[in-house]
Amino acid sequence: MGDSVTQTTPADAAGLGGLRARSGAALNEARLSVRELDFYYGAHKALKNISLDLPDRQVTGMIGPSGCGKSTLLRVLNRMYSLYPGQRATGQVLLDGKNILDADVDMNALRSRIGMVFQKPTPFPMTIYENIAFGIRLHERLSRAQMDERVEWALTRAAIWGEVKDRLNTNAMGLSGGQQQRLCIARTIAVRPEVILLDEPTSALDPLSTLKIEELIDELKRDFTIAIVTHNMQQAARCADQVAFFYLGELIEIAPAEQMFTAPKRKQTQEYITGRFG
Amino acid sequence: MSATTLSHATSPAKDPKVAAALGRRRRQVALAVKAACYAATALGLLLLLSILVTLFWNGFSALSLSVFTTVTKPPGSNGGLLNPIIGSLIQTVIGTAVGTPIGLLVGTYLAEYDKGSPLANAVRFVSDILLSAPSILIGLFVYQSLVVPFGGFSGWAGSAALAVIVIPIVVRTTEDMLRLLPDTLREAVIGLGAPKWKMITLVCWRAAASGIMTGILLAIARVAGETAPLLFTSLGNLNWSVNLSAPMSSLPITIFAYAGSPYEDWIALAWAGALIITLGVLGLNIIARLALRGRK
Repeated sequence: MGDSVTQTTPADAAGLGGLRARSGAALNEARLSVRELDFYYGAHKALKNISLDLPDRQVTGMIGPSGCGKSTLLRVLNRMYSLYPGQRATGQVLLDGKNILDADVDMNALRSRIGMVFQKPTPFPMTIYENIAFGIRLHERLSRAQMDERVEWALTRAAIWGEVKDRLNTNAMGLSGGQQQRLCIARTIAVRPEVILLDEPTSALDPLSTLKIEELIDELKRDFTIAIVTHNMQQAARCADQVAFFYLGELIEIAPAEQMFTAPKRKQTQEYITGRFG
Repeated sequence: MSATTLSHATSPAKDPKVAAALGRRRRQVALAVKAACYAATALGLLLLLSILVTLFWNGFSALSLSVFTTVTKPPGSNGGLLNPIIGSLIQTVIGTAVGTPIGLLVGTYLAEYDKGSPLANAVRFVSDILLSAPSILIGLFVYQSLVVPFGGFSGWAGSAALAVIVIPIVVRTTEDMLRLLPDTLREAVIGLGAPKWKMITLVCWRAAASGIMTGILLAIARVAGETAPLLFTSLGNLNWSVNLSAPMSSLPITIFAYAGSPYEDWIALAWAGALIITLGVLGLNIIARLALRGRK
């Protein structure tokens, strides 16, 4: 990266010459708002005073070097951290004006509204159909026909229906890595969340599968608000409407994608995007 | 680049004689270690094979249909092993049926609910001690706690003793198998909005099922051959009886009694009984291994 000295913008220098115009269109109204968020792993402060908005039905890319806190932020947004004693968050994460960090929040209901897809595909040890139906059954009572319909809908939206429709009753563990990841996305959207959190969803996948997932993200943002953590700058440039750069637990800069990759305001952002550290 | 070349040049040159001598010595040591490993393996295999050959030789010649259809009888009157076989089956089934759910839940507690607390560590420690405790101790414990208070030897007491042996085995395998599961699998279930109990029962247990099943089968294999815990509990019964409140016959105890007797036909029946247990345990082990392989 950055092998040419004649190029001018950081995006070009980072090999993002073909950056598709995310057109600088205005960001939508916030679906999820983070305000003055601090996060602790025991005594270690991993997030420092984070404030940002996830615009409705748009993609927010989160970038930054390993350990900068971007994945940690995702795990705050659906209260995943609450599984682990010793991890705690202070501040506000507002969904419909309600602070989801409050103690009285129904976390199961919250997680049905804010879904998550992980770095490694995590199919459950059951059939493809059951993988999808599992999440739906947690929150809804559907008839067999309705369930069939919903499963097909979710698999179709996740662009995997064509590949699995003839083997819905085979074990999901038999799918390829890329298929498993799309299955996991289907499982997440089957619950019909409002927000989808993607934690490096393509880092364990081959380039072709990655491409499919990226196209899928583009498709999904018509209905879902998406946050994606990625180590891949090109991916952030391709997928995101808004990009947030984190470093050492701080939000250094957040801006519309085009501006972030062409004219970042902060020196650290520019250095990271051009591959000079991280 | 040049720096490494320089430092290389200044160090003393390799002496080919020293290198050759070192190489010779390495090969000799390698050969000696290899020979020792092969010899030990051969010795172990030889012992095992001689046991199995003796067992199969004596067992098969004593095995006949009447062994399975006739109850134990006095020496010289063509008895079989029907009551010990049924008694062993009943006590093993009850012992497993009681011990398995307890062991499964304790293992789940250790792996899913309370990983590192002092209480969990204490439970794990005690369970591991129980796992390696001499089984006669467990027999004595049940004798004191069930046989003496209820006034007699019984099939129930025998089953209870076997259950106590099953529990720590199932605890250990359940915990180990659940711990092998990646945390991301748990987070994926929780991330869909599932409560923890559904995560455990619908996904974790299922993902670990073949491993847990292997543990249960190994536990069955273990208790099917236990003699000591039954000596003080179900005692044995020379007559046909499926009454769990009365003393109950079992294969290991019958083998113990018959093999030490001076009667030829009883000794032959002891061999037949030993063969039946061995084949049963072997069968369970094979099933367990196949299940484990199916998991990969």
